[in-house]
Amino acid sequence: MDNAREVKSIIEGLLFAWGDPLEIKDLSSVLDIEVSELESILKEMIDDFNYNRRGLRIIKFNNSYQIGTRPEHYEWISKLNQDKYKKNLSNASLETLSIIAYKQPIIKSDIESIRGVKCDRALDTLMKKNLIKEMGRLERAGRPILYSTTDEFLKYFGLENLKDLPHLSELNPFEEK
Amino acid sequence: MEYKIVVDVYEGPMDVLLNLIEKAEVDIYDIPINLITEQYMNYIYEMEGLNLEIASEFLIMASTLLEIKSKMLLPKEVINDEGNEIEVDPRDELVRRLIEYKMFKEAAEKLRFSEDTELMAYYKPREDLDKYTDFEENFEAMDLNQLVKSLYNIMVKKGHKDISISEINREEYTLEYCIEEIEDKLENAGELKFTDLLSNTCSKEEIITYFLSILELIRLKSIYILQDKMFSDIIISKRMDDMNG
Repeated sequence: MDNAREVKSIIEGLLFAWGDPLEIKDLSSVLDIEVSELESILKEMIDDFNYNRRGLRIIKFNNSYQIGTRPEHYEWISKLNQDKYKKNLSNASLETLSIIAYKQPIIKSDIESIRGVKCDRALDTLMKKNLIKEMGRLERAGRPILYSTTDEFLKYFGLENLKDLPHLSELNPFEEK
Repeated sequence: MEYKIVVDVYEGPMDVLLNLIEKAEVDIYDIPINLITEQYMNYIYEMEGLNLEIASEFLIMASTLLEIKSKMLLPKEVINDEGNEIEVDPRDELVRRLIEYKMFKEAAEKLRFSEDTELMAYYKPREDLDKYTDFEENFEAMDLNQLVKSLYNIMVKKGHKDISISEINREEYTLEYCIEEIEDKLENAGELKFTDLLSNTCSKEEIITYFLSILELIRLKSIYILQDKMFSDIIISKRMDDMNG
């Protein structure tokens, strides 16, 4: 494949047909193009789509790419469906998730001691929504489960990777243990 | 009757405390523990007054506050850290926890913004690419093991770790079958025992279905039943009077 334009066109078709997040290594094997080269092509595509104000955007999280509509078009697209099911996480779930995001991998009792309340329900919800996953167990009494965030988590908050998390406020003069 | 809902919804005792500190506009590093404890206790009494169930976490925090309050009255504990004498403020641990919690609460608020935005994007489901492939559907070459194996693969993909598949038996005894059977036998014998209906190697299902059939036939007023004493055999006889009107 000689033509970069053509490659981009194919990638667009692939992302559309697949719908789900597509991993760069899968794209690489389909197109027979090196991952590193593909990454820069996709970066260009993301910028092109934004620059040209296309109705679709390509998002990247971890090593996956996905095509979808623009959040700013929600107002119009949502008119096509009757019931609005845009459901935010509850405060309890979101707080729990933010602790996991910054302190992962972390065990339940550590989350609970930060929040000062039990968080079984929140963990349950987050697991069901595939925003967190079990990352093995801590080798100590009771072998508690370690939780960490998933790729779905990144996508859910529009983050490319964990480094994109908003900075924690710097008001803590106490050293972390 | 007067309804007065004044209690805000908090995520827990830490949330309540932070809120009290913010409302009182005091320095988080120098919490006026008497004031805050009093307000916190008032909050709990208020919840109690509203007959809300008070989670144990709130009580633990109440006791922590009271403990700190009483420690504040005592001379300060001094610890020796590499030659330096440091006064220990009984509030330190609580302040550390509050600040840590506040930090994550703020992070959660920031994430809420991103969530609001990202929830407004639509993604389409994957195309069913299989419909572009011609499949020769040959079920004859299939066997049960292959079916179980593909189910297993799907379950594993979906994240189910352990699945066990046990054989599901076809329902052998249906209500219709049993009712017919009872009616036939009654036609011939006029009267029969419940145990006569059952085969020698009767299953639970068989017993239950026959029993249900009897109940159904009683409801339809087509049989009489008789039982001498508890747990004795049930004698079933045909009810004739209906036919005579």
